[in-house]
Amino acid sequence: MKKIWLGASILALIAGTASAQQTEVRVMWYSDGVEGEVIADLLSRFEAANPDIDVVLDNVAYQVIQEQLPVQLASGSGPDIARVTNLKAQAEHWLDLRPYVADAAYWDTNFGDRFDWMRPDGSTAIPGFMTQLTLVGGFANATLFEQAGVALPGPTATWDEWIEASRQVMVSQGLPAAFAIDRSGHRISGPNASFGANYIGADGLPAPVDEGTMAFIGRLVDWTAQGLMLPETWVSAAGTTYRAAADDFANAQIPFYYSGSWQVANLSTKIGDAFDWVATGSPCGTAGCSGLAGGAALVAVRYTQHPEAVARVMDYLASEPVVREFTERTLFLPAHAGIVAAGGLNFQSADPNVPPALSRFVEASGETLPAADALPAWRWANTYYGALVTRVSQVMAGELTLEQARELIDRDIADQVAAAR
Amino acid sequence: MTSPLVLIARALDPALRLWQRRTGLGGMAAFFLLPNMAVFGVFVIVPLVLNFAYSLTGGAEILLGDRRFVGPEQYGRLLECQNYLVPLTCREDQFWNAVQNTAIFVTFQVSLMVTVAMITALILNRAIPGRAFFRAVFFFPVLLSPVVVGLIWRWILQREGLLNLIVTSLGGDPVVWLNDRFFAFAAAIGVSTWAHMGFFTLILLAGLQAIPKDLYEAAEMDATPPARVFWRITLPLLGPNLAVVLVLALIRGIQIFDEAYVLTGGGPGTATMFITQYIYEVGFASILRNPGLAAAASILMGAVLVVLTLVQLGLSKRAERARER
Repeated sequence: MKKIWLGASILALIAGTASAQQTEVRVMWYSDGVEGEVIADLLSRFEAANPDIDVVLDNVAYQVIQEQLPVQLASGSGPDIARVTNLKAQAEHWLDLRPYVADAAYWDTNFGDRFDWMRPDGSTAIPGFMTQLTLVGGFANATLFEQAGVALPGPTATWDEWIEASRQVMVSQGLPAAFAIDRSGHRISGPNASFGANYIGADGLPAPVDEGTMAFIGRLVDWTAQGLMLPETWVSAAGTTYRAAADDFANAQIPFYYSGSWQVANLSTKIGDAFDWVATGSPCGTAGCSGLAGGAALVAVRYTQHPEAVARVMDYLASEPVVREFTERTLFLPAHAGIVAAGGLNFQSADPNVPPALSRFVEASGETLPAADALPAWRWANTYYGALVTRVSQVMAGELTLEQARELIDRDIADQVAAAR
Repeated sequence: MTSPLVLIARALDPALRLWQRRTGLGGMAAFFLLPNMAVFGVFVIVPLVLNFAYSLTGGAEILLGDRRFVGPEQYGRLLECQNYLVPLTCREDQFWNAVQNTAIFVTFQVSLMVTVAMITALILNRAIPGRAFFRAVFFFPVLLSPVVVGLIWRWILQREGLLNLIVTSLGGDPVVWLNDRFFAFAAAIGVSTWAHMGFFTLILLAGLQAIPKDLYEAAEMDATPPARVFWRITLPLLGPNLAVVLVLALIRGIQIFDEAYVLTGGGPGTATMFITQYIYEVGFASILRNPGLAAAASILMGAVLVVLTLVQLGLSKRAERARER
């Protein structure tokens, strides 16, 4: 009996020592589609090859990233690594990986173009890397258009032409609405730029709402009043609450859906072979046919106790083979310059709608306007988006006029700028 | 074998005896209340003080130590208004929208709640078949999480929901119920009443059962009409309970958040945005967050709730005295 106790004690001691030697790295992760499963698989391989690091993947809702992570960061805590979209506004909380990564030149070469999206102005830090590039753009239900006998508008079709064509499909097929745009200020900022909007003033601070913005949001309000835009997305919520209309598109409730490239995998999974769909790029306004680039990045958090271990995880996830596999399995647009240059991505999808959709997004990424391209690296972009979505929704609900909304958007933004000073 | 608790008690005994000799029975009471007060202090008093401190600060920072002191500026901003009945003339139009919505909500919801709870209690107090079953049925929604309540009703009222299924099966067109300002507001009132009615029914039922039966027997012998029995016996004797129910319903009505938030998200527009949602949005959820403003709004709301709580305490004491008599 004594021998058994002794053996058990030794085993427990060994196990305890082994776990004490392991460094825990926590990753806060949200998913739009299948990327949570893919990253879990990739990280399990990392752990197998690096038994001294225990990577804990916390899969959370996007809302947690938006609402709880900022509070954790402000209190000097939080995960070691996080997947974030609000990059610039929280730049002060990211760890500079430059002293820790194995080859800083590799990072600069392959991800350097977008470091300014996630670091303070003038900084040379390596905060992390974009896990995906996104581009705002549209999707059309080709089957519904065909059944309605309405031709899909061409690549230079205007917003008015797209909505008119979608209206015809709606009427013909007895659908509840012609189109929907996700409830997000980010989503309407590319179209605003297409009508000549510029959010950034000469001093780098937010400019007052201009005629370009008014031109598109005026249309949006009119289309909603006419019952063309699905009311559940924008009207049925208050504040800056995010609402996507992907499920309505996947359920063939709307023939045209304006969202972005990150929906490709999601739509492919949900729609299956129920109908054919295509990516349309962004319809045109008076100034161009712009979407809005953006994306999610995996960033290291400054408050980590294990920067070396974090850098090893990040080195692994940012390595070319891992990024390539992640991209091919998630159907995301890659942000790795080497992979983009090399091409030959083998997107893992049997869905025939996927390859042309991704190609269309890649093509559309060359059509964005400078006013839109400046937004991802601009500190006040989210503030502008938040004020837009809050007040435009109130106009749609009949609580404000467009002119009142214009004044209030300017005031809301000014309040935020004043608070930050 | 002596139990560990007895050993601990024996060890503490001399010290406690000394404490009692020095401070008397009041001191002993304070000693035994200490653990409870410590928990209350950490989880209620400290956050309350911190909240007040936040309300006196400005800036975009989240940590109190990083924020700058601005005095009562946030309160001034909330209360700055040309016409309190027209939110758009106020500096914080969304706050006054929420105040108006909450006032209207409380007026209608509390009236409906008290009326329905009263009727239900009167019915359940009678010797009807399956009385125990119905009591459980009416109380069941109280056991549900408010989020579940909101989700259930959202599934019923959404475009592809149960209600539209019935409407379309009767030949009608589906309606986006929650997109209609009037219906969304009515739904928030109805759902909240459904969810909490059981609790208030139970209080009233307890009050009804405490009314001496001989009063009803005397009324029956005098052939008093049922309506007169209700107005002259039931209602006056139920008065203290009814007052408690009224104040508790008012407090709960002002605090409305979870089920309404899940059900309508505050929409359409800001038609169903109530004060608590405003505080949540401004303090935490919105991209345009302002913790100081949210804290000031919550202090103002807290002040209203304190007044109502004092009223409720007064009424409870009155009810107690009435029972003793």
